[in-house]
Amino acid sequence: MTSEVMRAADGTPLKTKLRQAERREVMRAFALIAPLFAFIIISFLIPIVVMMKTAFYDPNLRDSLPETTRLLQQWNGKDLPDDEVFHAFANEINAASKAKTLALIGKRLNYEIPTLKSKVVATARKIETVTAGPWKDAFIAADAVWGQTSTWVVVKRAGHALTPYYLLSVLDLRQNDDGSIGAMPEDRTIYVQVLARTLGISVLVTLCTLILGYPVAYMLATLPQRTASILMIFVLLPFWTSLLVRTTAWTILLQDGGVMTQFLHFSGVTWVLNELGLMTGEPHLNKTRIATVLAMTHIQLPFTLLPIYSVMKTISPTYMRAAKSLGASPFHAFRTVYVPQTLPGIAAGCLLTFILSLGYFITPSLVGGPTDNMIAGFIDTAMNSENNWGKASALGFVLLVATLTLYYVYNRLIGIDKLKLG
Amino acid sequence: MNKFSVLFATALLAASAFSTAARAGDELTVTSWGGAYSESQHKAFIVPYIAAGNKVTEAEYNGEVAKIKAMVEAKSITWDVIDADTATAMQGCAEGALESIDWKKAGLDRSKFIGGDLMDCAVPNIVYGTVFGYDTTKIANGPTTINDFFDTTKFPGKRGMQKNPTVNLEWALIADGADAKDVYKLLATAEGVARAFKKLDTIKKDIVFWESGAQAPQLLADGQVVMTSAWNGRLQGAIDKDKKTFKIVWDHQGLDWDWWTITKGTPKIDAAYRFINFASQPAAMAEQTKYIAYGPANRDAIPNVAPATLPNLPTAPDNLKTAFNVDPHFWADHGDELKEKFNAWLAK
Repeated sequence: MTSEVMRAADGTPLKTKLRQAERREVMRAFALIAPLFAFIIISFLIPIVVMMKTAFYDPNLRDSLPETTRLLQQWNGKDLPDDEVFHAFANEINAASKAKTLALIGKRLNYEIPTLKSKVVATARKIETVTAGPWKDAFIAADAVWGQTSTWVVVKRAGHALTPYYLLSVLDLRQNDDGSIGAMPEDRTIYVQVLARTLGISVLVTLCTLILGYPVAYMLATLPQRTASILMIFVLLPFWTSLLVRTTAWTILLQDGGVMTQFLHFSGVTWVLNELGLMTGEPHLNKTRIATVLAMTHIQLPFTLLPIYSVMKTISPTYMRAAKSLGASPFHAFRTVYVPQTLPGIAAGCLLTFILSLGYFITPSLVGGPTDNMIAGFIDTAMNSENNWGKASALGFVLLVATLTLYYVYNRLIGIDKLKLG
Repeated sequence: MNKFSVLFATALLAASAFSTAARAGDELTVTSWGGAYSESQHKAFIVPYIAAGNKVTEAEYNGEVAKIKAMVEAKSITWDVIDADTATAMQGCAEGALESIDWKKAGLDRSKFIGGDLMDCAVPNIVYGTVFGYDTTKIANGPTTINDFFDTTKFPGKRGMQKNPTVNLEWALIADGADAKDVYKLLATAEGVARAFKKLDTIKKDIVFWESGAQAPQLLADGQVVMTSAWNGRLQGAIDKDKKTFKIVWDHQGLDWDWWTITKGTPKIDAAYRFINFASQPAAMAEQTKYIAYGPANRDAIPNVAPATLPNLPTAPDNLKTAFNVDPHFWADHGDELKEKFNAWLAK
C-alpha cells in the first residue's frame, strides 16, 4: 500500500508548500529585525571583539624585529644569544630607526623593563656607526643592558604575537625570567586595588539606592493613582536630566563653602562632629569618596526604584489583608508576605544599578579625588594618556568578565526568568 | 525578494550618505587646547585666515596622542593641523602619527624660530611657562618661591596641580633642594625619581588635580585651592580679562613650547602648510599676544609686541632668572614609565 501524498493545486506536495510559506514568514521576520541586528553587530560586537583582541594579541615587536625574534626562538635562554642574533638586531633597529618605528619597539620593551626605551634609542644611535662585527661586543659597549640574559628573555617573550603580558599586568602580575608568574614590583601595582575599589563603591551605591528607594517605591505603589502620578514626576525628572548636568551640579553643591558645607554648619552637624572629635574645622566634601558615593547614589536611584515599583504595582493588596486576617502583625505580614513578592524587582533593580555602577567614569573623576577613580577612569588613562591600548583592552576585558560572572551568579542564585523590569 | 533589495538599497544609501556627510567639505580642521588659548588663536589666526577666503573648522583636545594615532591607523583623518605640546609632538613624531615638516614647503626660515631645530615634525608656535599663582586677596604675604608651594605649614590649604608628571617632578626636586640644572640628571635615576615622589607625598593630601588648562584659574577663582600651578597665559588671561586678583610666581618656571603639527597622511596637506605659514608670520604672532601672554616663537614677532605686554611674557628677562627648559628629549625617553608611575602614585 503506497501512502497518498497530499498535493497543492500546482502539483507540489503540500508539505513543501507549507515549508516554503513558513520560510517566507521567517525571512520577513528576519528582515524586520535585520537593521537592529546589523547595527548591533557593526557598532557593538565587532568593535568589542577587535578591542578585546589587542589585550592578547600584539604583533608589533614580531613585525618590527622579524629576524631577531625568529632567531631568538631557537635560543636556549641561558647564555647570551649568538652573534647572529645581535647582527640581525643591529640591522633591524637601523631599519626601524629610518622607518620611525624605533619608538614603538622601545615602548613595548619598556613595559616590561622600565628605562629600556631610552636605551634602545641611545643604542640605535651608536650602532648606526658600527659597520662590522663582532656585534655582541658592540652592543654591550653601547649599553650594558644588552649583556644581560634577562633583557633577551623579554625580547624573546615580547616577540610572540600572542601574549599574556597585558592581562597579567592589569592583575598586578608579571612573568619572571624563568616563565613563572610572580607579583609586580610594589611601585607599579594598582589594578587589583582599583578593581576592589570599583566593586566596593558599586556595592555601596547599590545598597544606598535600595535603602532609599524601597520605601519610596512602596509609597508610590500604595498611594492613590493621582497622588502617585504627581510624586512620580519627582523620581522621573532627575532621571531625564543628563548625567553630566547632575554631576556638575553636585560639584557646585559640595564645594568648600558651598551649599552643603553651609547647611552642615548652620544645622549644627559640623559642630557636633567637631565636638565628637570626628573632624576638625569645616568638612571637605568635594573630591572625596563621600561625594562620589553621594552623586552616584543620586544618579542611580531611579534605576533601582523603578523595577521595584513596577513589581509592587502587580502585588494585590488582598495578600496582606489575608495575612493580617490570619493573625499576623502588620510588620510580620510585610516581612513574610510582601517583601518576598518584591524580590524579583529588588534583584532586577540592584543588578541594573550594580552593573551600571561598575562602568562609571565621569562622576568619580569629577566629584571624586584621584583615589576614587574607578576602573573606567583607568581605561581612559591607559588609552589617552599612556597610549597603551593593550592595557586598556585588558582592563576592559577584566571588567567584562567581572560583569558576566555576576550575571552568571545571579542567574544561578535567582534565575534570569525571575528578573522583572515591569 | 523585492522588499529585501529595497531594504538593502536603503541601508546602503543611508550608509553612504552618512560617510559622505562625515567627509563633506574641503575645510581644514585645526585642533587645539580649548579655552582662552584656542580663543587667542581664533582671533589672531583663524578669523583673518577665513577672511582671506579659506575654510577652517576648529576642534579641541587635551593632547591625546591616541586620538591622533587612531585617525592615522584608520586612515580617516578629521584633524589636519594640530597644536601639540612637546610630549605629544615628540611621541606623535616617533610613532609615525605626524608628518615630517618640510620647512621649504612651509615657506618659513627655521633659524628664526626659538627651538626651531628641536623637532622634525613640528613648527614652534609659542613659548609658555608653567608657573604657579595665588589670589592676593586670600593670601596677603604670598608665596614667592617654589619651596613655598610645597610648604603647607607656611601656606596651609589645597594646591592645584596638573595631572601629569611633567614639571611637577622637576619642581618637587627643586623644592627638595636639588639644583635646577641637575633635575634631569637626577630624574634619569631611580633614586632621583623616588626622591621626587617622596617630596610630592608631603603635599599629596592637599593636591587638587586639574586636567585641562582652563580648569587651573577656575580652581583658584572658586577658592577651591589657595594656589595652583598653571600655564602662565591662562593666569594672565584671568587677571586681564576677568579682573581677578591673581599673582603669578615666576620662580623656577618650566619653559616649554607649543607646536604646529600636521597629521600624517592628511589629504589636505597643502592647505595645512598654508595655514601654518599664515599663523607663523611675525605680525600674526604679535597679534596673538594681545589675547594671551605667551611668547611668540618667531623671533621677528617680538618688535611688534605691545610694550605693555612684554613683561608678562614668559620670555621677559625678569621672568627668566630662575627658569628651566622642560627637556623634550628627557620626556620622550622617560615619559612612558614616569607617567605610569605617576598614575600609580595618584591612585594610592
